[in-house]
Amino acid sequence: MKVEQISIFLENKPGTLENATRTLRDAGINIRALSLADTSDFGVLRLIVNDVEKAKQVLKEAGFTVGRTSVVAVLVPDRPGGLHGILEVLSREKINVEYMYAFVERSGENAIIIFRFNMTDRAIEVLQKSGFNVLPGEKVYSL
Amino acid sequence: MIYNEEFETLPREALDSLQLKRLQQVVQRVYHTVGFYRRAFDEKGVKPEDVKSLDDLKRLPFTMKQDLRDNYPYGMFAVPMSSVVRVHASSGTTGRSTVVGYTKRDIDHWSELMARSFVMAGLTKNDIVHNAYGYGLFTGGLGAHYGAEKLGASVIPMSGGSTKRQIMILQDFGPTAICCTPSYVLYLAEQGEEMGIDMKSLKLRVGILGAEPWSEKMRQEIETKLNIMALDIYGLSEVMGPGVSMECQEGRHGLHIYEDHFIAEIIHPDTQEVLPYGEAGELVFTTLTKEAFPLIRYRTRDITKLMREPCRCGRTHVRMDRVTGRSDDMLIVRGVNVYPSQVESVLLGIEGLEPHYQLVVDREENLDTLEVQVEMNDSVFESGEIKVLQGLEKKIKKDIKDYLGVSIKVKLVEPKTLQRFQGKAKRVIDKRTLRNG
Repeated sequence: MKVEQISIFLENKPGTLENATRTLRDAGINIRALSLADTSDFGVLRLIVNDVEKAKQVLKEAGFTVGRTSVVAVLVPDRPGGLHGILEVLSREKINVEYMYAFVERSGENAIIIFRFNMTDRAIEVLQKSGFNVLPGEKVYSL
Repeated sequence: MIYNEEFETLPREALDSLQLKRLQQVVQRVYHTVGFYRRAFDEKGVKPEDVKSLDDLKRLPFTMKQDLRDNYPYGMFAVPMSSVVRVHASSGTTGRSTVVGYTKRDIDHWSELMARSFVMAGLTKNDIVHNAYGYGLFTGGLGAHYGAEKLGASVIPMSGGSTKRQIMILQDFGPTAICCTPSYVLYLAEQGEEMGIDMKSLKLRVGILGAEPWSEKMRQEIETKLNIMALDIYGLSEVMGPGVSMECQEGRHGLHIYEDHFIAEIIHPDTQEVLPYGEAGELVFTTLTKEAFPLIRYRTRDITKLMREPCRCGRTHVRMDRVTGRSDDMLIVRGVNVYPSQVESVLLGIEGLEPHYQLVVDREENLDTLEVQVEMNDSVFESGEIKVLQGLEKKIKKDIKDYLGVSIKVKLVEPKTLQRFQGKAKRVIDKRTLRNG
């Protein structure tokens, strides 16, 4: 039930981000979700794409430093308290959220939240047991 | 094997008396043929006849790099140009270049000292030497070339540059030894790997590497990446060129200085006082046999120490330690002396970093800042986690603070993004001097 996320190391200088998105465009890769984290010295672009293997390969060939991480995608109704319900469960089980980002599904009824947990397998187990809709990778790649 | 067993294993007393005899001759010669030395001796109130023992050396004046510049191009030559068969010049990156000259006999001596150095590295006439030192005004290329020929080895006169071609020749011509700078041999290894070549399975067996300071950690890196033995060679054009001293394969600890041709001293760079064996300071050379370009007490600016302990290779010549830096490369950052080579050894000891780095010194609000830019390894970012990178930055900061006592800024950069050097690596960018003009 894990989703593969690609991370790209970005030096803090003009044009780096554009170079990354151009590489993906040229390879015909579609970005499903993204988030950009920054520190004072560098940034990390996190992406969920439709073709993880290919994206990793073309980025490496273009000279980018690329990492790969397992994250968890959870479907929640797009209404007040949706996210809070998830965090309540996680907090009770003492699972840490390292980072997260979210986007609204095309229909507008649901939001999809991407989580990076300190213990991924345990988090999936807990969420499923509590009745949350954890999306499999293939589903997210082809949204 | 020892190339010149008689001279390289001379007992101390015999070596001392040979040095004294040759010193007395060279002092006479420079006093009577080089205007600069006559003036310098007279100013110090010392006459050639005053040199009665080796201890009297310290009464003689020093020669500085600036003196060579002031006498540009031929003012320091001790023979007429008709006796000079070759000139070389230093790169002149820190000012006007300095020109040096050689008589036929100087070239013969130099070739012999380079041949001695190759034998110290275990080479014989059966070896093929890939010489990637630059040919031209720089002494590296021709110096190594003549030495290898003198030994009877086969030389591939590659010179520097055209890295892809170098790699092809390393594969096809099967050289067993390579001569170049340590940073360039690492670059070759890296580029070869990138081209999909197994750089460990080349016929190369030994690297004779020099022309820039490097560390023990860098040696390990080179030896692992190329599966060779990496040895340090030292020299400078003013004193002769490469082959002033060389590390023996038996000891791999310190470089034997050819004492039948040079006298080495270590002085305190500020007080100029001669330091005892074992203490670190600035290396000073007096040439004993050079005809065209003899030097008295030339201050090299290289920081090292001398070791008198006997070496297991059987040579009696004193050893100098690895050069840990140059007294003019030394950075003073908020009052702390920092040598780039010290930073290098710290960086190479940290998992996840590549041996490529740059130091940027600047001044912010009247406070010196030192930024260390270093390439990370591909594997560090495998997980894509920022905290892994931040942890690495923290470790670098802490280790440098612990070892050098100076706080730094760290900038991790991607593999293969920092500038590569085919000659001497230029690792320091000091923006303070740029700004002050």
